[in-house]
Amino acid sequence: MEHLDILLTASFWAAVLRIASPLIFATMGELICERAGVLNLGIEGIMVIGAFTGWFAVYAGLPLWAGVATALLAGMAFGLLHGLLTVPLGLSQHVVGLGITLLATAAASYAYRLALPRVTTPPRIDPFQPLPLPGALAQTPLTYLAFLTVAVTAFVLARTPLGLAIRAVGENPQAVEAQGLSVTALRLGAVTIGSGLMAVGGAFLTLSAFSSFFFEMVNGRGWICIALVVFGAWHPGRALLGALLFAAFDAYQIRLQQTLGAAIPYQVFLMLPYALSILALVIMSRRARVPAALMTPYNRGER
Amino acid sequence: MPETVLRLKGITKRFGAQLANDDISFALQKGEVIALLGENGAGKTTLMNILFGHYTADSGTVEVMGTALPPGHPRAALAAGVGMVHQHFTLADNLTVAENILLGTRPLWRLGQGDARARIRDLARRFGLEVDPAARVADLAVGERQRVEILKALWRDARILILDEPTAVLTPQETEALFRTLRLAVAQGLSIVFISHKLREVLAVSDRVLVLRHGRLVGEVRTRDTDRHQLARLMVGADLPTQEIPPVPEGPPLLELRAVSAPGLSAIDLTLRGGRITGLAGVSGNGQSALAALIAGTLAPTSGEMQAAGLPAGPGWSPQAAIARGIARIPEDRHRTGTIAAMTLTENAILEAYGRPPFSHRSWIDWRAARSFAEEIIAGYDVRCPGPDTRISLLSGGNMQKLILGRALSPEPRMILANQPTRGLDVGAVAYVHARLLEARARGAAILLISEDLDEVQALSDEIRVISAGRLSPSFPRGTTSQAELGAWMAGHGFDHAA
Repeated sequence: MEHLDILLTASFWAAVLRIASPLIFATMGELICERAGVLNLGIEGIMVIGAFTGWFAVYAGLPLWAGVATALLAGMAFGLLHGLLTVPLGLSQHVVGLGITLLATAAASYAYRLALPRVTTPPRIDPFQPLPLPGALAQTPLTYLAFLTVAVTAFVLARTPLGLAIRAVGENPQAVEAQGLSVTALRLGAVTIGSGLMAVGGAFLTLSAFSSFFFEMVNGRGWICIALVVFGAWHPGRALLGALLFAAFDAYQIRLQQTLGAAIPYQVFLMLPYALSILALVIMSRRARVPAALMTPYNRGER
Repeated sequence: MPETVLRLKGITKRFGAQLANDDISFALQKGEVIALLGENGAGKTTLMNILFGHYTADSGTVEVMGTALPPGHPRAALAAGVGMVHQHFTLADNLTVAENILLGTRPLWRLGQGDARARIRDLARRFGLEVDPAARVADLAVGERQRVEILKALWRDARILILDEPTAVLTPQETEALFRTLRLAVAQGLSIVFISHKLREVLAVSDRVLVLRHGRLVGEVRTRDTDRHQLARLMVGADLPTQEIPPVPEGPPLLELRAVSAPGLSAIDLTLRGGRITGLAGVSGNGQSALAALIAGTLAPTSGEMQAAGLPAGPGWSPQAAIARGIARIPEDRHRTGTIAAMTLTENAILEAYGRPPFSHRSWIDWRAARSFAEEIIAGYDVRCPGPDTRISLLSGGNMQKLILGRALSPEPRMILANQPTRGLDVGAVAYVHARLLEARARGAAILLISEDLDEVQALSDEIRVISAGRLSPSFPRGTTSQAELGAWMAGHGFDHAA
């Protein structure tokens, strides 16, 4: 029973929230893009850029929140690039997305080497500190911001005309145009904002979870977020649930490594969250309704 | 003095080398219904898309209430009071009726759906457009979706309503209801442009008819001064070909379905006999596709028996088995299932038979035989194309359909499954397809003609069955039913509810 006792400790739940935070930001970002009909495979690279720029801004002497803002802007810049290529130009969203990931990752690496040519151990900054709250609630402000992002995303999508337009443009862009709205502006805006959120997710890693930047730190989290959007059936609330579930698997396996590590190779535990995620995806996404115009470029006046 | 609400001046639009609209001008008066009549490809939809701002004209201007519209801005057209009901509805399936209507009409942050729903209900009542504002569009039937599309325009206080082929997807009864709505709209001061290629509807609903042919305005007549024949002549540029249906001796039953059920079909009894065309009428989506798939071998029945050419078509019934048994198929969607766009005419010609002689020897394709087969079809079925090595996607719909027709009919099949064989074709091509089907009938083939065009079904069929919600009506021999009766069956009346 000791394995289940882990689930009752505050430190376990604190870890869950911490691990989930970057995923939540980036998942909301991807969800906004996809709801507008654009698959953003640039997510992985945009998270790297967010992690780097956020960290570097603080390392260069700016306050922590300015670091978050820097990451947001950097992410939005790459998002805008993605949007310009996929929306008005209508290029393949797969190719552009993977290209953005490669470009952003390489740009982060290049800028890092350019700025710090001689360091061997990654320099540290003073990251966000947990708020003085009891138990698992002792999280950094960024974690609370992540949850706020979910609430805002859910509210905007469900309750505002802007959200209505975003949902419509991912389903049937012709409907949006026939109502006198600009498909291009909506999609471009969604991809830009969404990418900004992805970068903030990346910045969480350097400004809250760890205190330095290294290259492999994003480590596939972006791809996980794409799966989480599907898992959440394109609903912010359900996607949040997915992120928490994944984080729980991850936090649990780390603790299992400590208790069972001698008997079973640790790679098995590392694999666990991914295997369980695949299983959950298979079960959950069977009835999911994909935005009908996802990945379909819209060309005005085409016959 | 009538008030001009809309004026088009010298609209010209090219798509590549094709002149879609050639110097078109007309004016619409307040409270008037104009019909824009023309064949598919005559330029009607292009013209209306220019008016609404989806396309930008190469030259010419659009004036609403005396003010010129900036080209290429649907928002400006909407603001000026132009509402468009598109042929392919512009609704987002994932949203509710109210959300679709409100889309783009509210400031960025306040939706206020609650009071909007009540107002939508009022509006719907005023124009006879009953629909539940809280329903999701995905759950609505086609007729209801069209009502939402009209409500979208009325919600924005449209003064001019443009309807693009609005009756294509409706039953005769729904069409009547639409016409009642249009009369209510006119009584409330709206003006209407009604786009159609159906003469009967144009005559029923309009005050004035403008006829388009090959992108040009070729005629303008007052509805009360004209008739079917004059309009048809204007539209086609020649007299409508009349089809002689000679008597043909009835042959043996070739395809029989006994109490066959499948997803979307319940207890179908159907017999197709040689020398007979059986017309299947119905609103699309009532099981026509399932029935065609069943016969073609792409859908397995859950119960019941099927016989083709006197032999059971039971387990293992497949498209290849159907072809081998002598069933030729003209698929519903020539782009999606009828042809492969990126392949040549030759390749498309042997799609069904590439694995058998003469096209295949010891598992090698004999391209010479394939090519000569394609050439035979091109010559025999009047396919206008540069040659057999042309990619099929470069052909017009009519020529594509002729290739499919040639592929299906030249082996002289005993049974023909013709699913929407004339959809989207111009009058000349339609007449050609009809003539070839009648030829096959004279040869003794059994033909199932599935069509949403009641005129077509009534003109060609020796007997008519109506399909509604997956059930088949009794058989009506030629000339024994009116369109109103068929319409009632199409709407689901008359079926035994216990079944």
